[in-house]
Amino acid sequence: MTVIFGFFLLTLLLITAVAIVQSQNLFVSVMLSGMFSLLLAVNFFLLDAADVALTEAAVGAGISTVLLLSALAITAKHEKAPSSSRVGALIIVIIATLVLIYATLGNPQFADPNAPVHQHVAPWYLDKTAEAIDIPNVVTAVLGSFRGYDTLGEVFVVFTAGIGVLFLLGTQPGPFAQSNPFKLTDPKGLRHYLIPRVVGRMLVPFILLFGLYVQFHGEYGPGGGFQAGALIAAAIILFALLEGENSALKVIPRSVLIGLIAGGALLYGVVGLFGIFLGSNFLDYSVLSSNPVKGQQMGLLIIEAGVGITVTGVLLSIFHAFAARGKF
Amino acid sequence: MELFLDIASWILMSLGGVFVFIGGLGALRMPDLYTRMHAAGITDSIAPILIIPGLMLQAGLTLASVKLLAILVFLLLTGPTASNALASAALLAGNRSEQVKSTAVPESEE
Repeated sequence: MTVIFGFFLLTLLLITAVAIVQSQNLFVSVMLSGMFSLLLAVNFFLLDAADVALTEAAVGAGISTVLLLSALAITAKHEKAPSSSRVGALIIVIIATLVLIYATLGNPQFADPNAPVHQHVAPWYLDKTAEAIDIPNVVTAVLGSFRGYDTLGEVFVVFTAGIGVLFLLGTQPGPFAQSNPFKLTDPKGLRHYLIPRVVGRMLVPFILLFGLYVQFHGEYGPGGGFQAGALIAAAIILFALLEGENSALKVIPRSVLIGLIAGGALLYGVVGLFGIFLGSNFLDYSVLSSNPVKGQQMGLLIIEAGVGITVTGVLLSIFHAFAARGKF
Repeated sequence: MELFLDIASWILMSLGGVFVFIGGLGALRMPDLYTRMHAAGITDSIAPILIIPGLMLQAGLTLASVKLLAILVFLLLTGPTASNALASAALLAGNRSEQVKSTAVPESEE
């Protein structure tokens, strides 16, 4: 049954992907890409990857759609007609597809317990998590502790991406912004739309609360810094859309956002350095407390907070950078 | 009792599924934006009211039921709000219903 449902979802994914490529209207493409992410999230959940599903739903379907829409607000609504012949591109795509299909023939069978991925380090992680870190969610243990370097790298990727976008768009309102009628967010927000405003205001604190739950419950259930950062940013973006961008900037000013971007990544790195100063390796949390297991748990909590802070800061900065920008 | 709860739950979920199907059909077959929204919006409210209690009967008195209740409240708040926002956005964008046009200018018909 699960397999049938999985195939059904994959077929829908394929249809959505073709529709995204086919559509000339960029607004339709953005909406379809949100649907694509949501379908993908359900598919991940079917495969028992709840953490990945939560990330895909929060980041892919939620925040990305909003950010793409804000980008769309300062560009055209329709795709430009292709300037040159696309035969060459078509040939390359066909060859790449054939190579990929050929590569899948070498993959292990679906759900094969003898597949290399289940034989290599995965059993070791599953065995050692209970002993070394003692938390129920193995994904968080792998992500934060066993493979802490990778996650540190990911945080720096998010950090770098945020800085890159800010370099391109600027942290302050641009010269077009003041006199421009086509702004993404009305200065007054949606004040004259009573129902969305009332319901939205009611939801914002609950979304924030759920974000904090996902942040600090990541060791016991699906969740963690990446998902929580996206949720908290979503709550504040909703507030910005309802009450106007300036009200949201009063809650978290631009200077604080820059501090959040750098501070979260810094917090993660400093926890790693503490490991060195206390006589162990970089990103070894065992030495943070007299009890190695407690030290690991403490380290995980702090680095997840660092991840959450950076992700929130980057997503909100990108949103504000787009919102402050006028139409060309 | 067990059997009764199971049957009640299946009835609720099947009815909910029927409403989702009707909503989907309406969104595909109705002539213009507002009637499509009418079909999709109303069934989107009634379907969770039926499906989620059905699921809660399956879950029994557990934490899962509490979470399902929270999801139901969330859906009942956001669904109609989204419909309202969509309708007012369409109206602002100048999308007028075919029916409204034909009743406003009856002589152009026939």
